[in-house]
Amino acid sequence: MSDQLYQDRIVALAKAKTGAGKLESPTKSARRDNPLCGDRVTVDIRLDGQGKIAEIAHQVRGCLLCQASASALSSIAVGRDAAGIADIRHDAERAVGRETGEAREPFAAFAPVAAHKSRQECVLLPFEALKDALS
Amino acid sequence: MSFNVQAVRGQFPILSEIIDGRPVHYLDNGASAQTPLAVLDAVRTYETTGRANVLRGVHRLAERATDAYENARAEVAAFLGVGPMEIVFTGGCTAAINLVAYSYGSLLKPGDRILLSELEHHSNIVPWQMLRARAGIEIDMVPVTVDGRIDLEKLPGLLTPRTKLISLAHVSNVTGAVVDVGAVVAAARSVGAKVMLDGAQKAPHGPIDLPALGVDFYVFAGHKAYGPNGIGVLWARPELLDAMPPFMGGGSMIGRVTFAETTWAPPPRRFEAGTPPIGPAIGLGAACKWMRALDWTGAHAHEMTMVQHLMDGLQKIDGARIFGPAGLQNRYPVVSFMLDGVHPHDVAQTLDSFGVAVRAGHHCAQPLMDRFDLDGTTRVSMAPYNDGSDIDALLTGVRHAAKTLR
Ligand SMILES: Cc1ncc(COP(=O)(O)O)c(C=O)c1O
Repeated sequence: MSDQLYQDRIVALAKAKTGAGKLESPTKSARRDNPLCGDRVTVDIRLDGQGKIAEIAHQVRGCLLCQASASALSSIAVGRDAAGIADIRHDAERAVGRETGEAREPFAAFAPVAAHKSRQECVLLPFEALKDALS
Repeated sequence: MSFNVQAVRGQFPILSEIIDGRPVHYLDNGASAQTPLAVLDAVRTYETTGRANVLRGVHRLAERATDAYENARAEVAAFLGVGPMEIVFTGGCTAAINLVAYSYGSLLKPGDRILLSELEHHSNIVPWQMLRARAGIEIDMVPVTVDGRIDLEKLPGLLTPRTKLISLAHVSNVTGAVVDVGAVVAAARSVGAKVMLDGAQKAPHGPIDLPALGVDFYVFAGHKAYGPNGIGVLWARPELLDAMPPFMGGGSMIGRVTFAETTWAPPPRRFEAGTPPIGPAIGLGAACKWMRALDWTGAHAHEMTMVQHLMDGLQKIDGARIFGPAGLQNRYPVVSFMLDGVHPHDVAQTLDSFGVAVRAGHHCAQPLMDRFDLDGTTRVSMAPYNDGSDIDALLTGVRHAAKTLR
C-alpha cells in the first residue's frame, strides 16, 4: 500500500482514547458537527479561576482521525487557556499542511493527513468544539 | 447464455485505467456510474458535428442539434415506456423533484398532505419541507423496517383524504431495497393521492415499464444511469404536466410574451426554460439506448451473484453487519454495511488504498441514520460491469481495516 494515512502513531492516539468520556460537572461544553461527513464532537471542560482548563473530556462520534485528534488534544489541553489552545491548533494546521512550519508533538503525528484534503476537517473538528467551549 | 462481463467492461474506458498504480475497482455506482463509449461518442458527435442551440435556429447545425436533442427525448421515453412529449429534461434528479415540489406543489392547498418515507434521500425531503414553509402543506412519514425497507404495512394508516402525493424512493440508495410499487399505488388510489417515484437508484438497472407501474411522476438522474452530469429526467402523466404551472421562466417555455401577459408553451417545453443541457441530454439518450440493448436478465443475475459473494465474504469478517435486506429478494445491488469498531470513513479510506472506490457516510439520508442510531455506513453499489475481482479486492480491504484499525 502506498497509502500510509493510518500510520501506527495515529492509530495509537485514537486507541489511547485520552480524555474520552464526560465530565461530571463541566464548566462548559460544546458540540460541533461536520455536516459533510456527519462527524460529531462534544467537549466538556472544567476551568480554574484563571480561565485555564483544569479538566477535559470528549465524546467523538466520528472517524479515527477525529478520535486521534481529540485524544491528542486532551493529552495536552490541561493548564492552557483559549490562547494556549489556539497556539496548539497551529501545530494541527501545520501537520495537515494548511500552515507552513513544523508541527510540534503530539500533532506531528498527523502529517500523513496532508495528502488527504477531504480528511483534514476531521483533525480540526475537536479544536472547533473546544474553541466554542472556551468562548 | 451467460452474461459476458468482459464485453461490457470493454465498453467503459475508465475500467482499464491504472490509477496511482492500481486497477479501478469502482463500487460507487450509486453516487455516479461510469460512462460507456456509446455515450462519449454521442456527446462528441454533437460537440464536433452538430453543436448549436436547439429550437431557435434555422441553420443546419441548429437543426442537427434540435434533432439530436429531440431524439434523445424519444430514447428516454422508450426507456420508460412512455411518450416523448411526457419527458421533461431537467438539470438532474434533484432538479426534477424540486420542479414537482414547486409546480405540482403550487396546486396544493394549506392542509394538504404529502407522504414520504424515513429512508428518503434528502433530495426527496427538503424540497417538500420548503413547500411546507411556502404553502402550509403537511408532511407525513412512513417508517422503515429493521431490514431497511419502507414499512408498507404502516402505509394505509398514514393516508388521509388530504393526502395528495406519496413520494418514495423506488430503490433505496442506502439499503438497496426496492419498494412494492403495486401496493403503494393501490393504497394511494384509495384516497385519490398521486404517486411519485424517485428512480435515481433504479434507472441504472435497466428499462422501466412506467405504464405497468401505474405511478404518476417518475424522476431519475443521468449521471447515475451511465449518462453525463447535469441532466435529469422528469416524467409525469400528460394531464398532470398540462395542469402544472412552470417552475422557471425564460426562453423556450413561452407561448407569447408581452409586458402585460405571457402564455406558457405546452409541456415539455413549459418546464425547460432557457437553453437546456443539450450535450448531456444527447448523452443520456445514448445511455438509455445502451441500457435498452443490454441483456438485463443476465446482468441482474450477475449483479445478484456479486451481492451474494459480498454477503458471504462480509459474514466471515468479525463485526461486519449488513444494513438492509439480508437476502437477494426484492433488492438491487446496493449494499450497506457496518464494521464494528471502525468508522465507515476509515473503512472507505482503507479501501481506497486498495484501489476500491465506495461511498461512506450518511448517504444524504440522515433521518434513516438517526432512526437506527448509525454513524453512517459503508456502501457498495454495483453495476453490470463490476465483477468478482472487484468484490474480492473490497473484501481484502475490509479485512485489512478490521485487522489494523481496531
Ligand atoms: C435515491 C436518490 N435520490 C436522489 C438523488 C439525487 O440525485 P442528484 O444528486 O443526481 O440530483 C440521489 C443521488 O444521490 C439518490 O440516490
